[in-house]
Formats: sequence, structure tokens, C-alpha cells
Amino acid sequence: MAHTKASGPAHQADLHSEQHDHHDLEEMRTLGFWIYLMTDVIIFGTFFATFIVLQGSTADGPLPADLFDINGIIVSTFILLTSSFTCGLALLAMNKGRLKALIGWLAVTALLGATFIGLEINEFVHLIHEGANIGTSAYWSAFFTLVGTHGLHVLIGLVWMIGLMIQLAKRGITPVTKRKVNIVSLFWHFLDVVWIFVFTIVYLMGVS
Amino acid sequence: MWEKVQNFASEFFVTGDPLIYGADVSIAVTLIAVITVLTYFKKWKWLWSEWLTTVDHKKIGIMYIISAFLMLFRGGVDALLMRTQLAVPEMSFLTPDHYNQIFTTHGVIMILFMAMPFMFGLFNVIVPLQLGARDVAFPFLNSLSFWLFFSGAMLFNISFVIGGSPDAGWLAYPPYSELMYNPGVGQDFYIWGIQISGIGSLMTGINFIVTILKMRAPGMKLMKMPMFSWSVLSSCIAIIFSFPILTATLALLFLDRYAGAHFFTLDGGGNPMMYINLIWMWGHPEVYIIVLPAFGIFSEIVATFSKKKLFGYKSMVYAMMIISILSFLVWAHHFFTMGSGADVNAFFALTTMLIAIPTGVKVFNWLFTMFRGKITFESPMLWTIGFIPCFIVGGLTGVLLSVAPADFQFHNSYFLVAHFHQVIIGGVVFGYFAGLYYWWPKLFGFKLNERIGKWAFWFWNIGFYLCFMPQYVLGLMGMTRRVVSYGWDKGWYEMNLVSTIGAVLMGIAFLFQVWQIAHGVKHRNANLDTTGDPWNGRTLEWSIPSPAPHYNFAVLPQVTDQDDWWERKLRKQEGHATPAPAKLEPIHMPKNSGIPIIMSACWFVAGFGFVFHWTPFIIAGLAGVAISMLVHSFNYKTDYYIPVDEIVRTEAKKGRVTG
Repeated sequence: MAHTKASGPAHQADLHSEQHDHHDLEEMRTLGFWIYLMTDVIIFGTFFATFIVLQGSTADGPLPADLFDINGIIVSTFILLTSSFTCGLALLAMNKGRLKALIGWLAVTALLGATFIGLEINEFVHLIHEGANIGTSAYWSAFFTLVGTHGLHVLIGLVWMIGLMIQLAKRGITPVTKRKVNIVSLFWHFLDVVWIFVFTIVYLMGVS
Repeated sequence: MWEKVQNFASEFFVTGDPLIYGADVSIAVTLIAVITVLTYFKKWKWLWSEWLTTVDHKKIGIMYIISAFLMLFRGGVDALLMRTQLAVPEMSFLTPDHYNQIFTTHGVIMILFMAMPFMFGLFNVIVPLQLGARDVAFPFLNSLSFWLFFSGAMLFNISFVIGGSPDAGWLAYPPYSELMYNPGVGQDFYIWGIQISGIGSLMTGINFIVTILKMRAPGMKLMKMPMFSWSVLSSCIAIIFSFPILTATLALLFLDRYAGAHFFTLDGGGNPMMYINLIWMWGHPEVYIIVLPAFGIFSEIVATFSKKKLFGYKSMVYAMMIISILSFLVWAHHFFTMGSGADVNAFFALTTMLIAIPTGVKVFNWLFTMFRGKITFESPMLWTIGFIPCFIVGGLTGVLLSVAPADFQFHNSYFLVAHFHQVIIGGVVFGYFAGLYYWWPKLFGFKLNERIGKWAFWFWNIGFYLCFMPQYVLGLMGMTRRVVSYGWDKGWYEMNLVSTIGAVLMGIAFLFQVWQIAHGVKHRNANLDTTGDPWNGRTLEWSIPSPAPHYNFAVLPQVTDQDDWWERKLRKQEGHATPAPAKLEPIHMPKNSGIPIIMSACWFVAGFGFVFHWTPFIIAGLAGVAISMLVHSFNYKTDYYIPVDEIVRTEAKKGRVTG
């Protein structure tokens, strides 16, 4: 009985067995991550929609225009955008096979990310001090949830990047670490794009 | 000190109801029995290394299906308790509070902890086999998905005996689900039970999309792919677009309850209707998510048992895709009475009615496949034929409900209850049963007894119609859903009694199925499936032995046709030479891992902490999750190769000669 035989010529059969080879596997993981990012877009989309619906619902609480420090936000925006740029430099270094430069640029990226989170915490403390916390009104609930979720993502990206730098130092640039760096950079750029919407919809529209 | 403990225990454990004491005792007895049996037969290590840490999609699938059956039992008991309460007027079998909890848990369990895992179980056991693949795209993630589902389901279920069950309906509408009106921990169990298992569902969606897009056997173009795999793809697309909305919505409700936010509260500027919009943006696609795979199953079965190619393959594919898109454009038909105006209602009424068109296409395709086919009536086909009239009636009453002005009358009545039970039992449950009977030999290597199966089938069907047909009438007579009791003066007595009798018949049908499985296991040696192809099937899963070896295919198949296995059998019958055997090569497989179950247990701990506001539990749980992730990330030894001589040995044991 020839139940499990492939009908193609032998060289074709060889091609199939490569399906589980590293190259293909890494490609599949990248595709999976793109789909995951899409689902994250929808989570953020839901929070944005909620924020827009509740924009006027300040329930006699403080108004965003009175509390936002737009200059401070421009500074953090600048820092986050720069970190996306240095993340790109890290990728360029990786593609040239320069391990030290790769780790170095990732470190700069992480440092900028940490600064961004520090500024955000500072902003939240300031807002709470001025009497705007998550329970003040529906508007502020939506604000802290949306901006806080973005901040949480940056924090996760940060831990991830540190873990990856250790792996890079131990193993160098391999197909697996390469895919991991590519994916973390996708994540990082994605957070930048989300931040541009946060900046526009929450802050610019909030003070106008 | 003792008093303190007593106070704590009386708040922590649900007390006062004999039914719950009964449950406490039965849970304790079952646990002790399981532990004793495992210890006595020294099976702990076997359980851990063969099942709990497995990344084999077939074993994960079987664990999903076992869990689904347990949950079907629990949800079914809930249903019977409700029907007992409603059997006669002025019944005082259940208190109103208890009744609220029971209809809430019945709904949640049946959709999220019965239908979903049953569906994922069937995805897991069959899709890679149909595609001619050796695994799913991400085996580790697959195991994690299962354990997250399991943790979530357990967290939800313990609310019954610890802290108290949720009671705000299966979708937990605010303001009733808000802290102010619902101060216990029940709603928090609801949020975290669903949240944790929902993350698992989302990952399964991603996993199967990549599997289907990237791991089909060479030569299997998308338009040659078996219909069940198509239905899985359409269902998974709906999953990845809708489950994130659920995640976000539950997070918002959680923040309202835990952190004093005001998203849906009536004070502070919140908007409860926003919750209802959001939850149905997930909830409506969800019902299509669970029914689309059932359509795929019926398509496979109709073709196999009619010995014909599926009629209108392409139109079936388009119909599924259109349904999965349209499912996102109909959500507001769940609340035509919200007051959003005639234009909005008209839009949602029209999109709802549009879904009847692709669904009708599918029904005609199934009927035309049977037309002039050589039909045999084994269990899977029986369930398929039982499904068609049931689903047509259920679908047509759905069109009636979609007429916005009429909906003002039907809204929240038993007419609605009858409608959605008819499409979900008739479509989803019958579909998954059909699939389970169809693929059972492939899963376990033996066939089930047909006679007992037919008893189960007839009890299910007769019970079903007896239970739900009267409910349409009750709805038109003005009985609204979620009533705990009614008076003799209403004239609802006879219909309710008939309905309860029907529910009992379905309960008996379930017992027949349990008996059928027990009987099958006991007599498995008499009913072994030695061919691997007991139904004379058409698709690739029937080309390998039953049960499939853990690497599935010794050599990956080369596909040339739609229904490739059938065509291959035809070619062989016509005497065409079989191609020369391909050379065996070592097979690349993923290693088992204990991280998924440990990470999910940490989620359980964190969820429990969130429910009871116990910060140490939250911190410990979340830290455990983070550590598990890091440990997995640092592990580079996640796979191994099966050597050729082992493959030869395994194949020989299954009666196959491979060169």
C-alpha cells in the first residue's frame, strides 16, 4: 500500500521537507506578529472610539485645556519619535552584521523609551495633583485608559528589548535573533504610530 | 481569631443553599477521586508528560473537546434548573437571585466555555490533517491558548461555590453590572474568567490563520482547500477582528468596577449604551464565529455521505467570506429599541436581512449535493439532515426579528429566546456533534455504536422541538425572558410545561451520548478502524492511519485536486500506476513545554487577586506571567528531529509500508 507517498518527483519532496526549516519558520512568525499587531490596532481603536464618544463628558470636573502642558507633550513626542529613528539605526547595523552597533542602538532606543515613560508618569502625577484622576469624570477615565495603555505597551517593549539585548550578547546575530529584533522593532514603530494619533486626538484636539 | 476566620469563610464560600452544598460535596468528592486514581495507578508523570505539557495539536484538541463536554453538562444542568422553575406557575424551586445567577452562567458557559472550546477542539484535531501539515503554525502558542481557556473557565466556574456567581446576564449590561448595583465578586469573576480565556481565543485565531495561509501541503491552492478549513479561516478572521473589542470592553468595565472609572456609570458622564454597542460589536460576530465552522462540517459530511463533490464549492467559499464580513455590520439589531432613529434601524435591519442570502446559498448547495447522490444515513449525516429544517426555521424567525418595527414587539420575549436557541442548538451544537461523530474514528481509532447514537439523535431532536416551539408561542403571548415566575392567570402554563418536558428529553439525549462514548471505549477492540478511512472520505485526513501518528504524515502529500484523497482513490481504481515512494526524511517537531500550563496558572492567580482585590495575589500572578514569558524567550532548544528509523517503525506498527 502506498498511502503516504508523495506523487511528485524526488526533488520536489526535498523542497517540502524544507517547509519546517528555519527560514520559513521565522517568516511565519513574522506574519503571525503582523496579525497580532492588527488586533492591537483594534484594541487601541476601541479605546480611541470610547475617548471620542466621551470627549465632552467632563461632568463638572476639570477641563483638559486647563490642565494639559502642551510643551511637555511636544518634548515627549520628540523623544519617542527619536527612539523610533534609533531603532531603525539598530536594524541597519544588524543588516550589516555589526553586533556591537546593534546592541548600542537598541540601548539608546531603550533609554529614550524609559525617558518617555518617566515623563508620562510625571505628567500623570501632575494631573492627579491638579484633581484629575481616573474617577473624576468619564472624560478623564477615557484619557487615563487610552494614554495609560500606550504607556504600558512602551513599558512592555522596554523589558522585551532588554531581554533581547542579553540574548544578542550571548548568541550574536542568528536567523532567530534577527527575527526577534525585527519583531520588536515592528512593535516599537507601531507604538510610535499610535502615539501620533494620541498626540493629535487627545492633546492637540484637547487644547484647541 | 476564630470569629474572624468564620466571618471570612462565610463571605468567601457561598452558603445557605442546599444545591450549593451539594455542589461543594460533589466537587470535593470528584477531586479526591481523581487524585486517588492518579496516585494509585502512578499516572501523574504520564499525565504531565503526555498530556498537560503536550504541544501536539491532536491531543490539545482532545483536551478542548473533553472540557467542552464537561461544560455542556454544567450548562445543561443550569438549563434544567431553569426549566424546572418555569414548569408550572408560581413555582418556588429557585429564588429570584439564584435564578438570575443560573441564566447568566448558562449563557456564558454555553457560548464561551462550551461552544468555543468544542470548536477549537475540532479546529485542532482536523485542520492540520486536512491541510496535509504536521502541526499548527505555533504549537507552543496553541498549548498556551488551551491552558488560558482552561484557567478562565475554571475561574468562572469556581464563582459558583466561592464568592458568588455573576447575575447580570450573559453580556453583563451596565448599569446593573456596575459596582453600585452589583457589589459582590460575581461580576469580577465574569470579567476575568472571560478575559483570560478570551486572550487564548484571540491567539488561536492568529495561529490558525497563519497555519492555513502558510502550511498547506504543496499543490493545495486555496481554491482546492477542503471546505472545513475554509470555514475555519473565515471564522478566525472574524475572531481576530472581534475579540480585541471584547478585550477592550471588559477592560473598561473592569476599570469602572475596580478603579472607580466612569465609562458606563450613570454618574460622572458615563454612557451605558456605549457598553451595549461595544459588547455587541463583539457579540454578534461571535455567533457567526461559532456557526461558520459548523457550516464547514456539514459541507464535508454532505459530500462524503452523498459520494459526490460538494455542489457549488466556489459559491460556498464566497458565502462564508461574505457572512464573516456582514457579521460586523448588524450589531445594532440587538437593540432596535435603543432609540437611535429610523435611519440607523433601517440600515441594521437591511444588513441583517442580507445575511439570509449567502446562508440560503449554502442551504441550496447542501441540498443539491444530496440530489442524485448515493446517500447513506450514518450518524454524521443524520445530524446534518436534522440540522437543515431546524436551521431554516430558526433563520426565518431571525428575519422576522430583523424587521425593526416588529422587533419592538418581539424584543426580549421568548420568541427571541426560541430563535437563538434554534439557530445555536440546531446550527452550532448539531454541527459540532456531526463533526465529532464524523471524525471520532480519526481521533481515537475506533467507531462508536450507531444504535445508541441514533437514540441520542432522536431524543435531542424531539426534545429540541418540544422545548422551543412552544417558546415562540409564549413570546407572542407576551412572556418576556428572564422572568423567574408567572401567575396562573397568564395562560402560559401548558406551553411552559411542554417546553420543560422537551428540555428533559434533551438531558436524556445527553446521557445517551455519554453512554455511547463509554460503550465505545469498552468495546473499542471490536470496532477498530484499521483502514484509516472508515467513511470512504474525500479529504487528506482520511489518507493517514487512525489515530494519526504524532507527526501526522510520514511524507508530506503532493496535492493535485480538490478532494485529493478521493481522486487518488479513483486513479488507483482505474489502474493508474502509483508514483514511486518518496524518500523518508527526519521530521522536525516541537518539544513539549510546561510553560503554558504554569503561565496560565499564574493568570488564574492574578485573576483571583483582581476578583478579591488581593494585591499580593495580583503581583505574584503577573510576575509569574512575566517570568514565564522571559524563560520561554530565553529557551532556544524548542524542537527536535524524529529519526527515519523511528518513522519506519511507527508506520509499520500502523500497518503502513513506507519506503
